[in-house]
Amino acid sequence: MTNHWKDIKNADVVLVMGANPAENHPCGFKWALEARDENGAKLITIDPRYTRTSAVADKHLQIRPGSDIAILGGLIRHMLANDLHHADYVRAHTNGSFIVSGDFGFEDGLFSGFDEAASRYDKTSWNYEMGPDGFVRRDMTLEHPRCAFQLLKKHYERYTPAMVAQIAGCSEEKFLEMADIICSTGRAHRVGTIMYAVGWTMHTVGSQMIRTGAIVQLLLGNIGRPGGGINALRGHANVQGATDHAIVAGILPGYLRVPTPEQATLRDHLEASTPKPLVEDTVNYWGNYPKFLVSQLKAWFGDNATAANEFGYQYLGKQDGDATWLSIWDEAHKGRLEGFVTLGFNPLLAGPDVPRLLQSMSKLKWMAVIDPFLLDSAEFWRAPGMDPAEVDTEVMYMPTTHWIERDGSFTNSGRWAQWKEKAIDPPEGVQSDTWLLSELFWRVKELYQQEGGAYNEPIQNLTWNYLNPREPTLTELAKEINGYDRSTGRLLDSFGQLTADGATSSGNWIYAGSYTEAGNMMARRGTEDPTGLGMHHDWTWSWPLNRRVLYNRASADAEGQPWDQTRAGIAWNGREWIGDVPDYGRTTPPDGAGAFIMTEEGVARLFSSHLADGPLSEHYEPVESPTTNALHESVPVNPVINWYDGVRETLATEGDDFPYACTVYRVVEHEHFVTHNVPLLVEAMPDFFVEIPEGLAAEKGIENGGRARVWSKRGEVEGVAIVTKRIKPLLVNGKTVWTVGIPVHWGFVGVTRGAMANLLTPYIGDANTRCPEFKAFLVNVERAEPQST
Amino acid sequence: MSRRTFLKASVAGGVGISALGFDLRPAYAAVRQLKIRNAREYKTVCPYCAVGCGTIAYVHGSGGLNTTNTIIHVEGDSDSPINGGTLCPKGASQMQLAISPRLRKSPMYREAGSSEWREVDWDFAMEWFARKFKESRDNTFIEQDAQGRTVNRTNGIAWVGSATVANEDAYLITKTMRAMGLTYIDHQARI
Repeated sequence: MTNHWKDIKNADVVLVMGANPAENHPCGFKWALEARDENGAKLITIDPRYTRTSAVADKHLQIRPGSDIAILGGLIRHMLANDLHHADYVRAHTNGSFIVSGDFGFEDGLFSGFDEAASRYDKTSWNYEMGPDGFVRRDMTLEHPRCAFQLLKKHYERYTPAMVAQIAGCSEEKFLEMADIICSTGRAHRVGTIMYAVGWTMHTVGSQMIRTGAIVQLLLGNIGRPGGGINALRGHANVQGATDHAIVAGILPGYLRVPTPEQATLRDHLEASTPKPLVEDTVNYWGNYPKFLVSQLKAWFGDNATAANEFGYQYLGKQDGDATWLSIWDEAHKGRLEGFVTLGFNPLLAGPDVPRLLQSMSKLKWMAVIDPFLLDSAEFWRAPGMDPAEVDTEVMYMPTTHWIERDGSFTNSGRWAQWKEKAIDPPEGVQSDTWLLSELFWRVKELYQQEGGAYNEPIQNLTWNYLNPREPTLTELAKEINGYDRSTGRLLDSFGQLTADGATSSGNWIYAGSYTEAGNMMARRGTEDPTGLGMHHDWTWSWPLNRRVLYNRASADAEGQPWDQTRAGIAWNGREWIGDVPDYGRTTPPDGAGAFIMTEEGVARLFSSHLADGPLSEHYEPVESPTTNALHESVPVNPVINWYDGVRETLATEGDDFPYACTVYRVVEHEHFVTHNVPLLVEAMPDFFVEIPEGLAAEKGIENGGRARVWSKRGEVEGVAIVTKRIKPLLVNGKTVWTVGIPVHWGFVGVTRGAMANLLTPYIGDANTRCPEFKAFLVNVERAEPQST
Repeated sequence: MSRRTFLKASVAGGVGISALGFDLRPAYAAVRQLKIRNAREYKTVCPYCAVGCGTIAYVHGSGGLNTTNTIIHVEGDSDSPINGGTLCPKGASQMQLAISPRLRKSPMYREAGSSEWREVDWDFAMEWFARKFKESRDNTFIEQDAQGRTVNRTNGIAWVGSATVANEDAYLITKTMRAMGLTYIDHQARI
């Protein structure tokens, strides 16, 4: 989230799209209801289903799964055609004025620079035009035909209300009614927020859906403001923190980059990772990258990290190509992955194309499963349809503690790192994750000392200076994450104190300030709220530097005065910034630098060369779509997604009989799969079900409460049929499209058992993140027996 | 005035036979203490979604040597600015997750081709884990790639998870696995 949960109460308009917070984030969603009840805010849902959130919304727009960019592109066109955007904000705080290369173009669904053989873009033509001073040329009138603002306007001109309706299957009138409400926040005294979740990320164009949402918010002047922002709701207690601390392919803690083979030396890596300013007046905060990385290496390798050995740079494995989920299991499918470790996770139920995943798991030599509960994944060798005798994978299941048996911090989606107390001891025989990890580390280290083996200098040199090296405390680790001045041994207050010469250490620079000499900031419990905006600066701690709204410099105009005095993020009083912790030097005057301190442009990017699939977004169909691409039939799907070997054969093609769109979702009674173990919740929501629209059910002879079978080209599921009014048939490209809904919560281990939704889903991912396309695919449906129970 | 305070007030006033015409003393005797009365409070955070609702776990037990503490109740923390004491159905029933009889207490091992688990002790489990880890690392470690570039990595082992562990453990996982040379590292955020 750019903002945080309680901040949603400050909004005038709440757009919920690609999310269903009333169901999946009920206690956070109450701040949207507070906005509605106290501010008279309008609440809008745009979703393939009429959800529990829709049930309390002012407006609901039903769309076809995967058509979100068409809707958002239509919003952009609507606001620009009618001057509903926040022009002063766009001029002051975005790259709308930046001139783009004359070689840039877009034709028939392809941006300039497309390399068909490699299925990728050469992005040179997406760059800015540079002036003689070495900085980007700008036109502050935003009228230059090649300025980002004009290119954007031209690009989305095709997204007319008629086109939106044709692609998404909604009515033009309803779209326009909703568009007017959302665009009403383009005025300085109004502000709107977007709440989204995996309904956006889980598409082959997922990153671009989110980016288009961000463009909408920038054009309306809603980023950086209380009550505004673009807010990812997120699904697990510490999914934000685990991402910050980089249990993630391609990044190191604090969003630093994993080295690549061409970066032979530390110097190469720092040069490639440290952006150069593109304009004169930018803070370009990532310019401090060397301080963050060197301090991290000092936290990891201590005295063994010196200038002479590049601070241990060569100890880090250099990643070649993609290393995300789909690539990991592709490697296993090819028989090249030997071992798989999973901790606090149920991969078999979570990944797409379960039949393929089972094949991949069976090819592993060994698997270690670490979790408080015995999971489906640990028992994959006896999943339905599997013959254990055929599976040679050794499996070790190890029970570890869960959240209430340990202290430590969880970071919520609003970036608040909240320390929790340990309530009880674990049962006899159960170990902590910290113990297990330490034990693995020491045993592997000792084996190398005894036997030698592959390059193990980094293992021998890894800092493990904890009081009990076989089980560090989480307090010790929290301090290591925060970081020290190595000469005095004092904890740091801020990442502003970090240096690139090895004098400081910090395990994760964005958490610097979370555990200082003044104590554990994450454990604070002050409830005061002097801002009146729900910021609560004394309640726990949020990264970075306890800032509650990211990019808050943009909550004020060029002179530093809040766009809306009643909801001021920060304000310049002539000497310093007051309000939230400023996203800017506290005493830097308003004209000191651009508001977006993390970009080399100093402003936010309406047009960006950072994504793989375009500097602007474009509507592409899901890889399995019930229709053609109405914008460009010759380029129906995202042209730069990666096709793993054998995947094309697992997708529905013309001539196959999979006429219905399908999407997957969660219900309030379950949290993915772990709630299989909670009798009260199983009682409340006992069975797997299939949600089928009334008209389709009638056509197929399926009764409410009867049974239905749903199958894709990859697998099939069967369950209780819920015949629903919540999904209406849509007219898409002149053809009626039905959508079927499937909940994701069931497996074959637990108090409740039922079909695995991911038997159906396709093995294909987003062009940037490779997040799989769970949310839009094709199925067929039929009546199953018995119909009444 | 709630029923309980009414009853207390009536009795405290020394009224044996109240104005209602019947004796309230037996009813007063039946007023029970809250079950959390002697419990210790621990401030924690809900384990489910990423809203981060504050919760309070109430624990019975002295905390002394050879005693077992038990959670007797979990409720929303009314001080939390996020949830203000509210919890959803999952959060409200989290005690059943916290002290579930389904929680396992011993490592288990499944041999190649076997259709059964076998309970093993931690020493066996960790010896197996470290041995497998080192074997696969040694088998697959690449110091230099085909172009002769130093890469110092293994693609033979993957580590996945988790979005359910504390920040401090998440950090330790990354630190340790990067030092081991893994690049196949991912978690729930991807899927």
